[in-house]
Amino acid sequence: MRKLIPPLITGAVLLAIWSLAVRVSGTTIFPSPTDVARALMSLSEKSLLWSYIRDSLVRVAIGYGVALFIGVPLGMLAGWYTTLERALNPVVQLLRPISPLAWMPLAVIWFGVSNAAPMFLIFLASLFPIIVATANAVRNVPPMFLQAGRNFGLTASQMIRRVIFPAILPRIVVGLRIAFGVAWIVLVASEMIAVDSGLGYLIIDARNAGKRYDLVVAGMLLIGVIGLALDAAFRQIERVRSVRWGFSD
Amino acid sequence: MSKVEFRGVVKNFGMVEVLRGIDLTVREGEFVCVLGPSGCGKSTLLNIVAGFVTPTEGDVTIDGVAVTQPDPRRIFVFQERGVFPWLNVEQNIGFGLFRLRDGEKHDRIARYVQLVGLQGFERAYPNELSGGMKQRLEVARALAVNPDVLYLDEPFGALDSITRLQMRRELLRIWQAERKTILFVTHDIEESVQLADRVVVMTQRPARIRRIIDVDIPHPRDLSSARYIQIRDQLFAEIGLAHQV
Repeated sequence: MRKLIPPLITGAVLLAIWSLAVRVSGTTIFPSPTDVARALMSLSEKSLLWSYIRDSLVRVAIGYGVALFIGVPLGMLAGWYTTLERALNPVVQLLRPISPLAWMPLAVIWFGVSNAAPMFLIFLASLFPIIVATANAVRNVPPMFLQAGRNFGLTASQMIRRVIFPAILPRIVVGLRIAFGVAWIVLVASEMIAVDSGLGYLIIDARNAGKRYDLVVAGMLLIGVIGLALDAAFRQIERVRSVRWGFSD
Repeated sequence: MSKVEFRGVVKNFGMVEVLRGIDLTVREGEFVCVLGPSGCGKSTLLNIVAGFVTPTEGDVTIDGVAVTQPDPRRIFVFQERGVFPWLNVEQNIGFGLFRLRDGEKHDRIARYVQLVGLQGFERAYPNELSGGMKQRLEVARALAVNPDVLYLDEPFGALDSITRLQMRRELLRIWQAERKTILFVTHDIEESVQLADRVVVMTQRPARIRRIIDVDIPHPRDLSSARYIQIRDQLFAEIGLAHQV
């Protein structure tokens, strides 16, 4: 309980400053905390909000899930076969600094205004960090684990399942968490442009349709809270027995 | 009966000559220590006989068959860091037993948990064990597959001196119970005299065998007996050290 006191104080102070600033400046555009709270309440009464949240989660789950299924095996191969790593590395390094959002025009050409466009961007955003983290993890497996595996006569597939995969799991989980953070950011941005539902769309729509800044801020807060909850879920994975050994705490 | 035979083993890493012509015969059930200064190439020797490293020249045979790759009949024991941190004690010991049926596997694990004295820790993970316990776990994992040769590469190097003494006693007890052939690499002179039937003294790199000394003292060895001290001092002299600090 005591640990909760400092963050609660920070929250209360920020809310007070916010509230005071709105009142002192006499702004009619920027919403006060109570306006935002009211907006949140009214949103949650409508099924629209829940369908927006669901749409956003589905997009991120599919885009990220596909990146996971392609990125982890590809990263494992690249970490194992130096030649493949050399072949892939320039491409990965070239594409990595390009913001996934820069792909937006192409995504819209390819997929139109549909779910597939943000999913594609999320896929791109998560793919490279996942590949890089997995490949690094494989390269850093202590050689004696591999030697022990060979010594006990493991076949190649047993080696992957019983030695390499468990050995890299903690590092991969960290990489996945970072990738997910990026994916969540890209999700919101892409929804502002490419689709007409979801949390990002909620924000842009609230502004365009009637300068409803109470809804804009409410949407921002929702994005923050859901992102935080998902990150907390990732942290729980780090506590799973077969992963926890990789974290010294 | 001869078990392991090195014939003219030479190893170069690029331009670096590591081993220069090793000839050595290890008998079945014998405990041989390879003693030499750090970095002399004795670990390379062990990696060659274990099949992890190919010699540049010469060959190693076990039971008359040339070693070309690692083999579960001969297990390499690293320092304690070789246990798998994602597996608990039972799972580590059972790691190499995937060819056995469940019941048999279960019995085998129980037996080796007992042999190395890890009862009560079956479900513990390596990061919950002390250094000595991890080392015993690794020995148990190696013994569980019933190999006929064990290779130990400075296995007790990372342990404190009291634990190290206990581990030596444990290893001797296990060796006497299981009658494995053991090749044990160390840079610790006392350790080699306490453990080995024969001590193979290596030179500096490029390593050759400088001398092989028989330790004709029955177990348990009295560390203050005249014969122990005599052999120990002989080894100090071979390594080129006066036994003074």
